[in-house]
Amino acid sequence: MLTTGYQTIKNYHHHENHKSHHTHDRKTAAGGPEIESRGTRKIKVVRRVLDANDIMARKNRDFFKDQNVFVLNMMSSPGSGKTTTLEKTLAHIMPDIKSAVVVGDICTTNDADRLSKTGVPVVQINTDEFGGDCHLAAHVIEKSLQGLDFENIDLLIVENIGNLVCPAEFDIGEDARVVVLSVTEGEDKPAKYPLMFRVCDAVLLNKTDLLPYLDYDREAAIKYIQQVHPGMPVFEISARTEDGFEEWLDWLKESITAKLGR
Amino acid sequence: MHEMGVAMQIIEIATASIPEDMKGARVERINLKVGKLSAIVPDSLGFCFEIAAKETQLEGAELVIEEIPVTARCKDCDNEWTIDSPVFSCSRCQSGSIELLSGRELDIDSIEVKED
Ligand SMILES: Nc1nc2c(ncn2[C@@H]2O[C@H](COP(=O)(O)OP(=O)(O)OP(=O)(O)O)[C@@H](O)[C@H]2O)c(=O)[nH]1
Ligand SMILES: [Mg+2]
Ligand SMILES: [Zn+2]
Ligand SMILES: [Zn+2]
Repeated sequence: MLTTGYQTIKNYHHHENHKSHHTHDRKTAAGGPEIESRGTRKIKVVRRVLDANDIMARKNRDFFKDQNVFVLNMMSSPGSGKTTTLEKTLAHIMPDIKSAVVVGDICTTNDADRLSKTGVPVVQINTDEFGGDCHLAAHVIEKSLQGLDFENIDLLIVENIGNLVCPAEFDIGEDARVVVLSVTEGEDKPAKYPLMFRVCDAVLLNKTDLLPYLDYDREAAIKYIQQVHPGMPVFEISARTEDGFEEWLDWLKESITAKLGR
Repeated sequence: MHEMGVAMQIIEIATASIPEDMKGARVERINLKVGKLSAIVPDSLGFCFEIAAKETQLEGAELVIEEIPVTARCKDCDNEWTIDSPVFSCSRCQSGSIELLSGRELDIDSIEVKED
């Protein structure tokens, strides 16, 4: 542990009123109590590490508001069916709702190729200079916007990187977030990745066409979702058969109308 | 997952926080607050930080991570409590209308700089 040059301390003290907190009995690497005055000056910083992302996300949000475009951030584990759901969704809403897609598929252009066939403008994002292939950050979205003609776009859908962890932490300036959860994943995914299910506005429970072949307990899955995010809408769909699409499409259209006022 | 990016941000913010009269001094410790809902893995953050801090003012600095629990307030009955399982409804009245008070932090609280 010490070879990594840091230590975790779990000396968080919680008051009964749950309002204030302080640390105590801090140990140094040597194991003794810390002496603050021994030739060091402590400087208060109090800054969020992801400040830069939040600032850029705010900038994006202002831009989208300005352009009168509704932005949907679509997230899930790898392979839950984001691209398939998008392909089918776009086929239903185009050309009434003029759409465009930004897709974060790091290694291939497969998803972009598939989505291009629907006739909508597609921007493929290849790298994330923030240091990983694990999420789309706000500044990456900002760069991807340059080639898009927002005069002719009402809805921008961002297909995020397949990952239930990081994308939940990075605001990109979107108006709504949905998470696709397929019935081939464990029922307890919401409990294991609570932040994702907290930050999302709706769940698409996908691949329901496979239910007859699985032992999946859909009621348990829905219960977990409701425990993490009480009241969140869950749309049970099959991107393959388009079962359940009506409710999902209604929700999407209503969300767009609520922002754009038409 | 994106610990290297986070380590680099920490270095940027910490470096910018060193007072004018201490420019060039060695940073001994960086105190972080990391909420339990945050995706950061302390071990890999420490590892990435060590690499990223090489040949900077922060080389060899210790990252001290204080873990912050998830706390919430109920919008219906004003109850405040600590969430320690993935159930986000009020511990008193069961309402789902809640506001998170803490648990999402990824903050640099302070830095400790060596005085000569
Ligand atoms: N049976 C069934 N298969 C589906 C359904 N939706 C998607 N699939 C299949 O699941 C696989 C992954 O689907 P994608 O749409 O590529 O998933 P994705 O979330 O975009 O994947 P990544 O972008 O790689 O994270 C493909 O083989 C799809 O044909 C569905 O509703 N039912
Ligand atoms: Mg995809
Ligand atoms: Zn990430
Ligand atoms: Zn309550």
